[in-house]
Amino acid sequence: MTDYASRIAYLERIKPTKIIIWTLLFLGGIVMVTPLAFMISTSFKTGADVFSLGIIPKNPTLENYIYIWTESQFSRWMLNSLWVATFSTASVVFFDSLVGYTLAKFTFRGQTIVFIAILSTLMIPTEMLIIPWYMMSREFGWIDTYWGIAFPGLMTGFGTFLMRQFFMGLPDELIEAARIDGWSEFAIWSRIAMPLVVPALSALAIFHFLGNWTAFIWPLIVTNSPELYTIPVGLASFNGEFQTDWEIVMTASCLATLPTLLVFLVLQKFIIRGVMLAGLKG
Amino acid sequence: MAEVLLENINKNFGKIKAVDDFCLQIMDKEFIVFVGPSGCGKSTTLRMIAGLEEISSGNISIDQRIVNNTHPKNRDIAMVFQNYALYPHLSVRENISFGIRAQKLPKNEITSRTLEAAKILGLDELLDRRPGELSGGQKQRVAMGRAIVRKPKVFLFDEPLSNLDAKLRHKMRVEMKKLHQQVQTTTIYVTHDQVEAMTLADRIVIMKDGKIEQVGSPDEVYHKPNSQFVASFIGSPAMNFISGTLEFLNNRNSLICDGGEMIDLVDWPDLVGSKLTMGIRPEHMELKTEKSSKVINTVLDAKVSVLEPMGHEVIVTCDSNVGEVIGKYTGNTKLKVGQTIHFEFKKENIHFFDENSGKRVS
Repeated sequence: MTDYASRIAYLERIKPTKIIIWTLLFLGGIVMVTPLAFMISTSFKTGADVFSLGIIPKNPTLENYIYIWTESQFSRWMLNSLWVATFSTASVVFFDSLVGYTLAKFTFRGQTIVFIAILSTLMIPTEMLIIPWYMMSREFGWIDTYWGIAFPGLMTGFGTFLMRQFFMGLPDELIEAARIDGWSEFAIWSRIAMPLVVPALSALAIFHFLGNWTAFIWPLIVTNSPELYTIPVGLASFNGEFQTDWEIVMTASCLATLPTLLVFLVLQKFIIRGVMLAGLKG
Repeated sequence: MAEVLLENINKNFGKIKAVDDFCLQIMDKEFIVFVGPSGCGKSTTLRMIAGLEEISSGNISIDQRIVNNTHPKNRDIAMVFQNYALYPHLSVRENISFGIRAQKLPKNEITSRTLEAAKILGLDELLDRRPGELSGGQKQRVAMGRAIVRKPKVFLFDEPLSNLDAKLRHKMRVEMKKLHQQVQTTTIYVTHDQVEAMTLADRIVIMKDGKIEQVGSPDEVYHKPNSQFVASFIGSPAMNFISGTLEFLNNRNSLICDGGEMIDLVDWPDLVGSKLTMGIRPEHMELKTEKSSKVINTVLDAKVSVLEPMGHEVIVTCDSNVGEVIGKYTGNTKLKVGQTIHFEFKKENIHFFDENSGKRVS
């Protein structure tokens, strides 16, 4: 009786606004999760069952996974993606923070112009840069090379801006104290400034890594050989001109999602903090 | 240990002159304090000595070597900042040894010097803590440890105690004085707190608008201030000032105040006819509840408006014909707000300043 009464009391305390919020969140959750559920479900379906709407496969099979690992170059594409994303993330972490630090903590002639120039690159959409990138790559012989895939992401205006803002928040006294202590400017950057902006740095690294992992247009344009495809390009190659094996596409998508899921699970805390710090959406 | 020489130092920030023709010789082992209100150029001067700010003109020498263009790390100085500037991601041990690690000293020397500094400052127990786990006073001691471990020629302190509460500030002041007596390193200390300046300094440099107003021992600047500014800056509560013209009337000197009131001044033959500001320190205003029958000193009648009991004395703010005056009272009679009292002050305790230039004239 007491239990029943307390439950009634609890239900009475729930405000109507809360019910509306929960309903909206639930609907949002369904919209987000349904395609993912279908992707996972389809990866276990046979070709004949692909267009059946049921979430549970009628004849569950691992054949699609076996096919992907044995008959396609998927593992190679995964390594390509991993290499390109890691390399460009390392580069962004190094160069963006170095430039951001210089802009935040040094005074030099033309500083504002340099900063505005970097900032203005944020206004230019990637699609507009593709033709100049392609012409550059053709000129330097970077087409169909790893360097060609990675070079546009080696330094970003956004990362530089983000890091500059964070370095500006570091007290000048810390830098000056280290300077009096006798450390070189590079040592001050690496030993004092960098450890103090780790939250911003990890946010930048995570978003850049994920951005590169899912990058499609530029890798599609700059690569010709299937051995150099990254995962998104490889996934697209499963789409035939007249017919698409959806079960294969979905299986590959499942596998492609795994590393990002892993990154999210391991670095969940950093990602949430990063989103809050950088004012970004995931 | 070294002598520091500042010759005609100027510092301009655009059109603003932050430091104006600053000349000073700081002796070896001396503890010198730069004091002045915000924006007077004291921190800028210190930063120029440290090499963190370029000088616009002039020469800075440390140990008879001109260091105008020398990098801070090569000036053999150590600086303690207002906000301690401790590296938050490093332990106390790493913070203290950070400077000597840059010098690439042998590992055992780094360890022994770090422990020695920690021992001097009583930080032995805290070596593995991070700055975030320390109290304000402990952080201050770590900052000092980081300075002394390097055994520099000159210590520079930039308002190091201003973030501490009054009690801790007093404790740290004593510790600093002890430390200086122990290590005997030339020390330049910047503060806006005249109590710190008076208690710590061998000599005080009082600055205003980028210029030196007076350099002298704490006794000199207190008892013989060069200007009205120095007189008002040093001492708490501040000196009382009364403006007027000194006249010889009825066979005696009188200060005819700007409001028309008259204060008789006993036996003061000089300066007749001058426009002056008279200054008397609150502790030199002898408070009498009854008027003396035989007046040999100058007397000012006033009415008590505010009483501030301090325990050992009462600070008495009064309204008088010449404006608000403040005195100190140590007697036993209980004073009341609204009570009429009489201040007497002796000739030797009166200071006169030129009304226009503010310079001392007596």
